[in-house]
Amino acid sequence: MADSSLVLIAAQGVSAAASYLYAALGESVGQRSGVYNLGVDGVMLMGAFTAFYSVYSGQSPLMAVLIAALVGAAMGLIMAFVSVTLKAEQGISGIGLYMFGLGLSTLLFNTLIKTPRPVDNGFGKVPIPILSDVPIIGTIIFNQNLLVYGALLLVPISWFVLNKTTFGLNIRAVGQNPQAADAMGINVARIRYLAVTFGGAMAGVAGASLSIAQTNIFQQNMTNGIGFIAVALVYFGGWSPLGILGGTLLFSIVTTMQLWVQTLGVPISPSLVSMLPSIVTIIALVLAVSLYRTQTPSALGIPYRRDEN
Amino acid sequence: MKTRFFALSFLLVAVIVSAGLPRSTQAQAAATMAATMPALTKQFKIAIVAPSAKNDIAWTESIFDAATKVQTELGGKDKLEVTISENLFQVPDAAAALRDYAGQGYDLVIAHGTQYGGPLFEVAKDFPDVSFAWGTATDVGTSAGLKNVFAYEARAEEGGYVNGVMAALLSKSGIIGIVGPVEAGDAKLYIDGFKAGALASGKIKAENVKIIYTGSFGDTAKAAESAKTLISQGADVLTGSAQQVPGAITEIQKAKGFWFGTQTDQAAGWPDAVVASQAYDWAPMLKDIITKRLGGTKGGVAYTISLKDGGEKIVYNAKVTLPADVKAAADKAVADISAGKIVVPGNPAMATPAATMAATMAATASK
Repeated sequence: MADSSLVLIAAQGVSAAASYLYAALGESVGQRSGVYNLGVDGVMLMGAFTAFYSVYSGQSPLMAVLIAALVGAAMGLIMAFVSVTLKAEQGISGIGLYMFGLGLSTLLFNTLIKTPRPVDNGFGKVPIPILSDVPIIGTIIFNQNLLVYGALLLVPISWFVLNKTTFGLNIRAVGQNPQAADAMGINVARIRYLAVTFGGAMAGVAGASLSIAQTNIFQQNMTNGIGFIAVALVYFGGWSPLGILGGTLLFSIVTTMQLWVQTLGVPISPSLVSMLPSIVTIIALVLAVSLYRTQTPSALGIPYRRDEN
Repeated sequence: MKTRFFALSFLLVAVIVSAGLPRSTQAQAAATMAATMPALTKQFKIAIVAPSAKNDIAWTESIFDAATKVQTELGGKDKLEVTISENLFQVPDAAAALRDYAGQGYDLVIAHGTQYGGPLFEVAKDFPDVSFAWGTATDVGTSAGLKNVFAYEARAEEGGYVNGVMAALLSKSGIIGIVGPVEAGDAKLYIDGFKAGALASGKIKAENVKIIYTGSFGDTAKAAESAKTLISQGADVLTGSAQQVPGAITEIQKAKGFWFGTQTDQAAGWPDAVVASQAYDWAPMLKDIITKRLGGTKGGVAYTISLKDGGEKIVYNAKVTLPADVKAAADKAVADISAGKIVVPGNPAMATPAATMAATMAATASK
């Protein structure tokens, strides 16, 4: 049975949501510990490039994702060093990291690949047996590539770790009240290092998802601001994995719908239609912050200095 | 409250960062080009300011390739220096680069984007001894009192038409798709021409030429998503414009369909999908500008490249076998456009229906 346009739009939207999800979930963990990283887009670009180049050089896609995660983790570590150890202003250091990632990925691309070339050995669709045959849901969720499944699984995993484990409690404590956490014997710097590094690794995977799963190509600045939108989605989702999932799917599906609307002969200017995802997201954000109390980590953006307290 | 404000303002910044702006608008002009060049007695220096990367297989690559081609012809870097500042999509950044180059003693500074017109005229006024060129444009600044500005444009719709003719004949599903950047300038001309060519065959219904504008020039992922959308609606032949197209070409190659390129030859990266590309060759124009400058003319000429003058070429990919009837139809379209038998929408002659009607009436009256 052929699927209706709406089902195909939803399936395409879920697929395109993967890179936003990895980046936003990773960023939310870092923010829960009190550090926001505006360099996500730059880390994604490095992840996208290294994953693409790995596959381009004959590595398996899984190995490429691992390499992208390691590169992302290394960049997360740089961010942690600057913001936790050196206690620099987080917004500025994040923008610095973004520019570093943008510049380095462009330089590496120009040196090693030179001109846009596709790869044909990226991630392909892997339909889950039986489940992919379920009407509607099967097409939307269970007929995707491995990285989409990974992104969707990361939602319950990060919820569980943040809310049901001691480690997650430590992350939240450090982000809410580092003084109290410190007094309880929690190593604030160590927790923040781990959280921000994890966020970097996930941004690296987000980049890989873009270059070797969603598109199979790398171009300079190919993220086009996805990393910045991912940071916005963390606020949108109220720092909760489920909220982030909701925001990401909304944004991604509306973006896909905007492409479909243009082909269905609806007489609306393409310029107006292309504003749709942003408008819907802003309206939803306003509604979201009015309807529920956000769990803003109290110490977000504030470097922890033990001697000042 | 503070959080809410921060969240909203951040989102706004994110939206601005991810948004694209229209690049060019189009007009018309023509010029004759010098066939031979005088020998260079000293090094000639060209600087290019461009909105995207020099290896974008699109707009910027077309001018950079032309400049390096002329450089090779003239005997290398010692004879002709070519410098480029890439990815200056934002006009203020480009304006700073234009001024820098003008102040550094370059002979010719090329502003490779319509959006650079405003700052270009200001810089040109301050540096009357430097020659400037900008495209896509036809305004050489005469009304602003400038004598050192050249302008250039491509009749993108002509190759678009030829590509459209072939696309319609190759499509088995009867549905063809277009991935555009924004509905303006060189891209719009190309797309309008492509659509007219596709419909001219009579094989394709107007509603089955499906167009998606991504709203950006460099959003590779969105171009890929646009291609996926078109393919899932049955399109088996695609085309598109701007540096974002690698995302779309990769998708149509994966789906074993066909692609038609524009601005540069795009076959090398996607040998199984690219059937033909309309390639721009700005080299004769650059040589003519250099010749004019050496002869004392610093500006004032508007150039147009077209199929007729060879500035636009339909480059075929030898790895894709084109049926003889399709190739014949393409050749006929090229010949008819060059001879003026077919006037493609977007051509200045089409822009003035009153003038066309007057000409038709005059022709009828003389019979």
